[in-house]
Amino acid sequence: MSHVEWQGQAKFTIDGKEVVGYKGETILEVARREGINIPTLCYHEALEPYAVCRLCLVEVTVGKRTRLVTSCIYEVAPGIEVKTSTERVTRNRKAVLELLLARAPDAPVIRKLAAEYGIEKSRYPLIKNDNCILCGLCVRACREIVGADAIGFIDRGTERRVGPPIERQSERCIGCGTCVYICPTAAISLKDVSKSMPGVHKHPYDYEAPECSICGEMNLESESKAGER
Amino acid sequence: MGQPKGLVSENAYTILNEVEEKRVSLIAALQKIQARYRYLPETAMRQVAARLRVPVSQVYHVATFYSAFSLKPKGRHIVNVCLGTACHVKGAGLILDRFKRELKVDEGDTTEDGQFTLQAVRCIGCCSIAPAVMIDTETHGYVRQDKVADIIKRYRESKEK
Ligand code: SF4
Ligand code: FES
Repeated sequence: MSHVEWQGQAKFTIDGKEVVGYKGETILEVARREGINIPTLCYHEALEPYAVCRLCLVEVTVGKRTRLVTSCIYEVAPGIEVKTSTERVTRNRKAVLELLLARAPDAPVIRKLAAEYGIEKSRYPLIKNDNCILCGLCVRACREIVGADAIGFIDRGTERRVGPPIERQSERCIGCGTCVYICPTAAISLKDVSKSMPGVHKHPYDYEAPECSICGEMNLESESKAGER
Repeated sequence: MGQPKGLVSENAYTILNEVEEKRVSLIAALQKIQARYRYLPETAMRQVAARLRVPVSQVYHVATFYSAFSLKPKGRHIVNVCLGTACHVKGAGLILDRFKRELKVDEGDTTEDGQFTLQAVRCIGCCSIAPAVMIDTETHGYVRQDKVADIIKRYRESKEK
């Protein structure tokens, strides 16, 4: 890669189209602004990019060298050539989708994306069908937007999963449902656990409290019982 | 990684105070706790989180990610039987079996008396003395099945670590 120092604007091409990006912008950001479609799963404009789903792969040519990069974190530079749908890109995206399909075969987003790339069934065996593709959107939203840090990743490898610390209800969960909203595969759901939520809003205890399937009961039941007395 | 000398006498508060004062990194803090208690007790994880001002969810993330940390108490001695290629060829599987039988535990488990934790590892870089077994910080080479009982006995008898 040529690390030429530059400031301000960068002129470069995406699929042959001349585009302009600003210092610090990623290929994905510029592409979206230009209306060029790049599929993503772990990206959300309100969150720091995380680059784990690998779906946003594109080909970038810098000087003589062409390689695959994740467009959600690759910062633009003057003169780079980006291609979003070469044979190589498609082949690799397909591979990614097949893996995702093996993990969450029932998730509509995954099925739809896979179908777009002509994949109906994954070659890989289903290890566990829990819909969670470990994109980390929920974890990052909980940290970066809500500021609660109520959930995180647990374990490694095939055991990796999302959950509350120490595998118990998190006392930091405020029951906001941001994680549920942001999850692309509907792997998290809210559930009513008690009729009141004193711990959260410090109100008379008369409204429904949701339970997060990931972070547990939100510590509400015991408190509400104590409050009712 | 050996158990740092002197740490054993430290209590949790000395460790935690140091962690807080020196703003030790999260991993280093957990290593200290692991070395002292041979696992990461829940209270310790919560304390580390509070002292370092990081969320418990992140502490738990790190604690469950690295195999150097354990949420269950490990034995006084850690037996690492190498199953790397060279050792495998030299019959490491049989050595591991023998350890299992002698210690009456399965791979990854700890004996009831809390003396030994038996683990299988992939290559400890001692291929020339295969099959190799590492116990705590000591490496044993050319291990033979019929020597396993003796080796265990030596560690069982050594009271000091
Ligand atoms: S639960 Fe949903 S948002 Fe969270 S990591 Fe899994 S797929 Fe992503
Ligand atoms: S959007 Fe770039 S890796 Fe997921």
